[in-house]
Amino acid sequence: MDDTGTVIAFWLLAVITVGSALMIVAVRNLIHAVVFMMVSFVGIAGLYLTLSADFVAVTQVLLYVGAISVLMLFAIVLTPGGSRDNAETFLRLPALALTVLLGATLAYVAIDTDWSLADRGGFTDTASAIGDALLGKYVLPFEIASVLLLAAMIGAIVLVRPEASIEEAEE
Amino acid sequence: MIPINDFLVLSAILFSLGMYGVLARRSAVLILMSVELMLQAVSINFITFAVYLSPEQFTGVIFALFVITVAAAEVGLALAIILRLYRNKQTANVDEADIMKW
Repeated sequence: MDDTGTVIAFWLLAVITVGSALMIVAVRNLIHAVVFMMVSFVGIAGLYLTLSADFVAVTQVLLYVGAISVLMLFAIVLTPGGSRDNAETFLRLPALALTVLLGATLAYVAIDTDWSLADRGGFTDTASAIGDALLGKYVLPFEIASVLLLAAMIGAIVLVRPEASIEEAEE
Repeated sequence: MIPINDFLVLSAILFSLGMYGVLARRSAVLILMSVELMLQAVSINFITFAVYLSPEQFTGVIFALFVITVAAAEVGLALAIILRLYRNKQTANVDEADIMKW
């Protein structure tokens, strides 16, 4: 692994990710917030690559940037004017204080702890190893995840069904 | 390699930003986006620990993949709930969904 290149890539991606994450919670326009969220998620995918977790990076781009961001856009355009007056609540200052405190605590604990690092870091050949793990050791959660997705899909359909069709079904 | 602390501090910052969004903003969609940001911060932590502490096991990576799966289900349902809220109250601001507030 080219070390200086990885370090430069990490800092570049870290600045992009944190900057656009800051913009998500700062901007008023929700469409702009979604665009910043996509940038932030691409940055996080890049960070996964610097961690040599290539499979998760690709999944991240496919699912978060490709699917979840589009769902967010749908949520915004299907509720026109629904987010008017979307300023911060009166809890802005307590929230800011709590956030800074939490972030400082987490960072302090992370820096202060003496992590027992493995001798040789980094993955090699993640995709096939993840496949083995998912269909071997973790096959039960893998199957439960499919049931969860089915339940979520049915739940979403039932929730947005118009009232008329529910009455028809009851007759 | 990059020191492990850099990744952990980065994910702490992202998690805090997400929490600020959840606590301080009114729009339900923006709260949902902030929750996604928090989930992403947790995923970064999982993968960092998997890479730095036990690279021969893939538990952290598997966990991150399940976080992505659950996030997909969660966003689908949250979108349905936001649409329902909008249909009933013509708003997507959580402040105005106060029918159960005492």
